[in-house]
Amino acid sequence: METILAIVIGGLYGTGLYLMMRRSMVKLVLGLALLAHAANLLIFVGGRLVRGVPPLVANGAIAPPDGSADPLPQALVLTAIVIGFGVQAFLLVLLKRGYTLMRTDDLDDMRTTET
Amino acid sequence: MISGFALAVAAPWLSRIAGKHGGNLLAMLPAVLFAYFLGLVQPVTGAGPISEITRWVPTLGVDLSFRVDGLSLIFCLLITGVGTAVIAYTGAYLASHEQLGRLQAYLLAFMASMLGLVLSDNLLALFVFWELTAFTSYLLIGFKHHEDKSRGSALQAMLVNGLGGLCLLAGVILLSNIGGNTSIVALIGQADAIRAHPHYLAALLLVLMGAFTKSAQFPFHFWLPGAMAAPSPVSAYLHSATMVKAGVYLLARLSPVLGMTPEWVGIIAPIGALTMLIGAVMAFFLTDLKQILAYTTVSMLGALVMLVGINTQESMAAAMVLLIVHSLYKGTLFLVTGSVEHGAGTREIGELGGLRRAMPLTAAIASIAALSMAGVPPMLGFISKELWYESSLQLALGGIPLVAASVVANGLGFALAGVVAYGVFFGKPAHPDPHPHDPNFAMSAGPLLLAGLGLVAGLFPGLLIEPLTGAALTAMAFDASHYHLALWHGINPAFALSLLTFALGAALYTGRERVVANLGRLAGMGRYGPKRLYELSIQKSLAYARFQTNLLQSGYLRSYVMVVVLTSVVMVGLSVTWDKVQSIVVPALDVRLHEVLLAVVILGAALMMARIGASLAAVAALGVVGYGVALMFYLFSAPDLAMTQLSVETLSVILFVLVLRSLPEAKSLSSRSTRIRDALVAATAGGLMTLFLLIVLSEPFQSRLSGYFNENSAPLANGRNVVNVILVDYRAFDTMGEITVLAVAAIGVYALLKMRKGEGGSR
Amino acid sequence: MNSLILSTATRLLLPLMLLYSVFLLIRGHNEPGGGFVGGLVAASAIALIKFSSGLERARAALRFDPITLVGTGLLFAFASGLLPLVAGMPFLTALWWDQKIPVLLKAGTPVLFDLGVYVLVVGVVLTMIFALSEE
Repeated sequence: METILAIVIGGLYGTGLYLMMRRSMVKLVLGLALLAHAANLLIFVGGRLVRGVPPLVANGAIAPPDGSADPLPQALVLTAIVIGFGVQAFLLVLLKRGYTLMRTDDLDDMRTTET
Repeated sequence: MISGFALAVAAPWLSRIAGKHGGNLLAMLPAVLFAYFLGLVQPVTGAGPISEITRWVPTLGVDLSFRVDGLSLIFCLLITGVGTAVIAYTGAYLASHEQLGRLQAYLLAFMASMLGLVLSDNLLALFVFWELTAFTSYLLIGFKHHEDKSRGSALQAMLVNGLGGLCLLAGVILLSNIGGNTSIVALIGQADAIRAHPHYLAALLLVLMGAFTKSAQFPFHFWLPGAMAAPSPVSAYLHSATMVKAGVYLLARLSPVLGMTPEWVGIIAPIGALTMLIGAVMAFFLTDLKQILAYTTVSMLGALVMLVGINTQESMAAAMVLLIVHSLYKGTLFLVTGSVEHGAGTREIGELGGLRRAMPLTAAIASIAALSMAGVPPMLGFISKELWYESSLQLALGGIPLVAASVVANGLGFALAGVVAYGVFFGKPAHPDPHPHDPNFAMSAGPLLLAGLGLVAGLFPGLLIEPLTGAALTAMAFDASHYHLALWHGINPAFALSLLTFALGAALYTGRERVVANLGRLAGMGRYGPKRLYELSIQKSLAYARFQTNLLQSGYLRSYVMVVVLTSVVMVGLSVTWDKVQSIVVPALDVRLHEVLLAVVILGAALMMARIGASLAAVAALGVVGYGVALMFYLFSAPDLAMTQLSVETLSVILFVLVLRSLPEAKSLSSRSTRIRDALVAATAGGLMTLFLLIVLSEPFQSRLSGYFNENSAPLANGRNVVNVILVDYRAFDTMGEITVLAVAAIGVYALLKMRKGEGGSR
Repeated sequence: MNSLILSTATRLLLPLMLLYSVFLLIRGHNEPGGGFVGGLVAASAIALIKFSSGLERARAALRFDPITLVGTGLLFAFASGLLPLVAGMPFLTALWWDQKIPVLLKAGTPVLFDLGVYVLVVGVVLTMIFALSEE
């Protein structure tokens, strides 16, 4: 199963980077979103996969059950998801603002600082 | 002492408040400090140095250890004394200038750093203050920042001093490594070991680089005349009386550590002598009062360095006296130049003459100072010159060139003193301003005081100068118990040399015009000097920077992405060896159909995005990827992640739709071949990541932290959701940083919004 | 974008979603949930009003300027870090109150921290959505 996920992650990286190399700014942001997914999954899978045993302590117990998933990568990814969202939203606002100022989505037309 | 320094540090703030009330109020601060240091003379000369230590960066051995001994006391008195005169003068000189407060703030900040420099016993702290003086000097030279020339000169001074500062830092570190200590006092104790150390020469050269750049020694002398772009009082203070002497101070301070070696004498004395000659000769050919003073300053700095280089008790004493006298008369003359420019409207000596009648007080001040400069008895200048000649005469055969150079330089100095004082104030009246006038009291008091001190100190050398220089000699590890200063040393070879100097000077003064006319062409040689080298190197490095920028920064984001991707592919690719690929163990978890289907859906949606690009369909596909990833999280025991990802995905799809609504339908902008190339690069990178992950998964898993987290969550942290406990408790600091990032992003969005509104209003 | 179904559904869903978000926040310490998810859900609820009844109604429903919420949230989180400092412990050390409070089960600085995260996330998300919805 990890192999399949590794391929998915590779695919996400590939498509994300490809989109980032386009001239359109929207595609850049889309690509960045894919890249974020790829990175999150990478960390998650790198922390080893476990089915159906979340790192929760049962009521009355002291520690999570044996063989439960590693909580640390999950905490890291959780942070990354939210930060990724914040950055993406900022980029979108920037994109929209850039478009209203310059009337173009083409990054090559945005090389001057003059509007 | 520390309180005095702290007060000075707060001075910029004070001056902003008091700026409008004139410079006199601000001059109180240096005046009080001067009185304070004057009060220290008795205890220091009597009972020895006073020191006080505050730990600052203990791990690096940087302490704010202040120490007052004779040497630093001389400097402190000069800094605060000349500072008082200069700051009072500035208030009147630039009274109508709207940014007077700024200038005074800089001046006070400079004074504070300069005091720190001469009081620090710690080499690293000394370096910090050293750089601070360079920095404030930069601000002061560039005070008229709307003028190209000022900015250029400021930059030049900054770069030259910056170069020296870096060398000094290296030297200081080397020195403290050799000696195992950063305290100068402690290093003096180990002087023998340091002088015998194989790295001695390197340390010496590095320290000398620092001292030579600061004190404008050849071949770094050119920045000082350039620095005259600053207002006259600044020139008087920094570039004549105090800052440029910091190099001399450093040499004197370190002479007990590094001095008394053939290298010391062999390097420093000739360079000092050379600078002395060059400065004097160049000054001789100039016509701008301020430039003349600048080059004579270079010349005298050369003399000081030479005397410190000779490094005998007599030469050190001569250096100290010369230092004091030079600060007194040169500071005065710079201020007088400011007054002349103020009153008569020009600094060109050709256009000035006979100002005596219109500006009697200024003329008197200038004459006293010039007499000291010329070294005529009974001025202090005469004493210093006598000591200077005596100490050079004591040298063996090698001293003859030094003596000759000294006589020539002093002769030129004598002639120039005549030019500056006699030519301008006496002789034929000639000036463009029809109504020259004496400046007001605040502008005259300072120079008068400084010039007067030169006279009084010459008449009664035993009063203040003798104990001070004596204590300074002790600080430089000489035995000063039999040291005595006197105006009249009797008829000896030194006196003969003085007479020779006067004769030479008088001849040069009367013949000046003829000499200048005949040799004036040679002065053009200066064009090929070190200044040209400096300019060339600046041009070249700018050109190189431009070339590099064009090469690396094409301005196309996608080429940056490409470069980054390719670099990482190569770097990661290099670490992925065939062995590692072969050692991949396909991990244990079994394959389940619904999970595979999900994986296919994610991958398919991503590929679709790559094909269709920017449209609502692509956003929908992104949503599919996001929800798919969320499901994956859920399937593999991460309910928190799944929930967060689901909510985030929903919101981000909303945001995307909101944005894309207002954008036109995207079209394909790149050619087919570009797309294929990019696809290949991206696919390689993606494939490499797959491989990389597989290799990682083949390694045994180690999770040292998670065990701790798991065991302690419920009992200690009162939470049974370990992920959440990590976020809000164990690693709350990370989360804190994260939410700060979010807040910044939100504020950024908010600012963009406000900006739009603001523009809408103005349009 | 004025759909009757959507606005009716919003009216029904809104209290539920807000309640659910608070529920997520509170139970987050023991079960899946927490400030991040809670905040996102609450923000979605307000965003729903925006889509059903327009930006002005959404702003009115929120009562606060979202950017104020950002600051408030950050302040809460920071305050939770400062409290132990007052007690002489390192920044952000978790402090727990001995008495149990009926609803929150337990009160301690991590709860305050999580509350800060919640408020901040609501503020951030809504700042952005409102920004993009203007014009």
